[in-house]
Amino acid sequence: MIRSDEQPAEQFAAWAQQREAARLGMWLFLASEVMMFGSLIMVAWFYRIEHADGVAEAVAGLHYGLATANTFMLLSSSLLMSLALIASEQMFSQPRPLLRVRRCLLGSAVLGLLFLTCKGIEYTLEYREGLLPGFSADSPLYLPSARLFMNLYFIATALHGVHVLVAVGLVLWLWARLKHLAPHQARTRIEMTTLYWHLVDAIWIVLFATLYLVGR
Amino acid sequence: MSAPSYLHKQGLMSWFLTQDHKRIAVLYMITVTFFFFVGGLAASLIRIELVTPNGDLLTADGYNRAFTLHGVIMVWFFLIPSIPSVFGNFLVPIMIGAKDMAFPRLNLFSWYLLLGGGLFTLLALLLGGVDTGWTFYTPLSTMFSNGHVVAVICGVFIAGFSSIFTGINIIATVHTLRAPGMTWMRLPLFVWSMYATSIILVLATPVLAVTLILVAAEHLFQIGVFDPRLGGDPLLFQHLFWFYSHPAVYIMILPAMGVISELITASGHKRIFGYSFVAASSVAIAVIGFLVWGHHMFVAGQSMYASLAFSLLSFMVSIPSAIKAYNWSATLYKSDLTVTAPFLFALTFIGLFIIGGVTGLFLALLAADLHAHDTYFVVAHFHYIMVGAAVAGYFGALHFWWPKITGRLYPQLWGKITAVMIFCGFNLTFFPQFILGYLGMPRRYHTYDPDFQFLNVLSSAGASILAVAYALPFFYLLGSLRWGERAPMNPWEAAGLEWRIPSPPPTHNFEAPVIVDFEAYDYSPEARRDPL
Repeated sequence: MIRSDEQPAEQFAAWAQQREAARLGMWLFLASEVMMFGSLIMVAWFYRIEHADGVAEAVAGLHYGLATANTFMLLSSSLLMSLALIASEQMFSQPRPLLRVRRCLLGSAVLGLLFLTCKGIEYTLEYREGLLPGFSADSPLYLPSARLFMNLYFIATALHGVHVLVAVGLVLWLWARLKHLAPHQARTRIEMTTLYWHLVDAIWIVLFATLYLVGR
Repeated sequence: MSAPSYLHKQGLMSWFLTQDHKRIAVLYMITVTFFFFVGGLAASLIRIELVTPNGDLLTADGYNRAFTLHGVIMVWFFLIPSIPSVFGNFLVPIMIGAKDMAFPRLNLFSWYLLLGGGLFTLLALLLGGVDTGWTFYTPLSTMFSNGHVVAVICGVFIAGFSSIFTGINIIATVHTLRAPGMTWMRLPLFVWSMYATSIILVLATPVLAVTLILVAAEHLFQIGVFDPRLGGDPLLFQHLFWFYSHPAVYIMILPAMGVISELITASGHKRIFGYSFVAASSVAIAVIGFLVWGHHMFVAGQSMYASLAFSLLSFMVSIPSAIKAYNWSATLYKSDLTVTAPFLFALTFIGLFIIGGVTGLFLALLAADLHAHDTYFVVAHFHYIMVGAAVAGYFGALHFWWPKITGRLYPQLWGKITAVMIFCGFNLTFFPQFILGYLGMPRRYHTYDPDFQFLNVLSSAGASILAVAYALPFFYLLGSLRWGERAPMNPWEAAGLEWRIPSPPPTHNFEAPVIVDFEAYDYSPEARRDPL
């Protein structure tokens, strides 16, 4: 059982207020992330409508199986993050919830890393197929608009990959530092990291549909 | 004995590692002042070049690089951070009765982002620069430009995150840190306008970020998103760019409008006329501002029906803008007016804003825009808003809150002279450009038809007055730090929480927790003005 005389940051009167501010700040940040990926996804859909034939050619060559496995891993990692959050809520009522939180965090970090590994394999395959822009003279894709969509795929998944990398970094940091954090602070950080992780997951679901699934 | 002021602590590290919103505001002030003079220097080059019809001072390419430097620095490293990051940081927590911003560390981090992004951009611009203009239009920026496009884009990208973090901080602060009794309808109008601005900062800036990523990738790897050879659409760039950059104009002007509401009420010692309308008009401008980007593309080949809709929506922005201008004037009617330097800056703002706003309506009109598009008419219009009005707002804020920030009074006469010089110099610089544009002089050329010389000479003459006027405060305000009288708590006899704490404020702003039991702009005779 944890008892704490931990004080909130000096500009806040109570922990509830500090947590509310952190939550609002995080949601605002997520809103800006949605605008960022939203415009990229809008661009992808614009070209899907504009060049249906080229997009179909590009989509047919994508590594659908690897991406499905990746979706599965990212969704599972989100489940583990939610379990970590639930366990952290019990930090004030039950003994030793920290161990459970840390296990869940480590689990999602590992799944996140597996996602990145899979993505790396996918990129390697595509590099060998000569699809990477700027690194191969001739693309095997016949239609110019197929090359355009393929390049958009690289930009969108790379940007998303950077987000997964940041999320994994945050979770690993939390996992390592959790013992040293005061309980209120720990709980707030776990909640914020979870929110960010879920967003990265949600964006992937939309990207998966936009890039791989539709028109297959 | 009262608590020591926020300026009390000494040493460079006490500044570079500070989490005090007031000190961060001062850091921002120094930074944007630096960039203002850099951008101003480029503007001087442009105006000197344009004194004669031939290109004598700069080559065509050098001229392109000079106006790009001017635009990039002024837009992203002066206008956008100026009022939100300097005065928003300093004032929002004090005005709502809080000890600090919600996220002090993020606040400091966003200053480092702006400084880092700015210096990086400046380096890239000085090492050769770019010739694309601040708009980075494709396919020029992606296929033909040979400058440091990617480096400059990186700098702007980094600074963009500074904007996003500042916006998040302000919204979270206003929502969660208002003192007990500080209801939304008691917020000073400056806070309302900062809130509306922050919505734009958070939602529009990420779109610019993605657009810049796409331009950089296109430039480096020819990905084809904006390249017709692969089926890409160069016009898509303009849609994405203006989806950010038109709201960005409101990032520049909304905070200045908030400043003017404070200046007008404090000079007239009277409650603002129609508080709720002025407050709501800020939010309305922010919301409608997201829906008008297509008016930059009337002649770019977008569909006629899209142009019609964008034209109508652009006209709608004038409604909340006019509400503000009328309500400021109505506030002054039968008020107990004191003519101070800040008041003259407020009048300068209103005058220039009205000219800039009305000529904006010309450009929102489809038929008129066809004639005036890409001429000096457009240049004059947006300088009236973004420079004339927004910089008058910034200078007004500087003169109004300087005693609060530094604890020193400056010579009022010099402030008044500056305000009048800005008004005259500005009109002399930019009004001739309306006529030039109407007569057909195109933007972005370093040479022009000799028939246009007289008006160009007038414009450059005005620019030299303007340059002196913009530089003057640098001297007398800095001088006031050494020779100025100590400022009392409330030198303007103004209402508002910031005038009820010492000048300069103590580190935690308020010595006791604040409870608000009065309305905003309570200038009634029985209102209390005693220290908190």
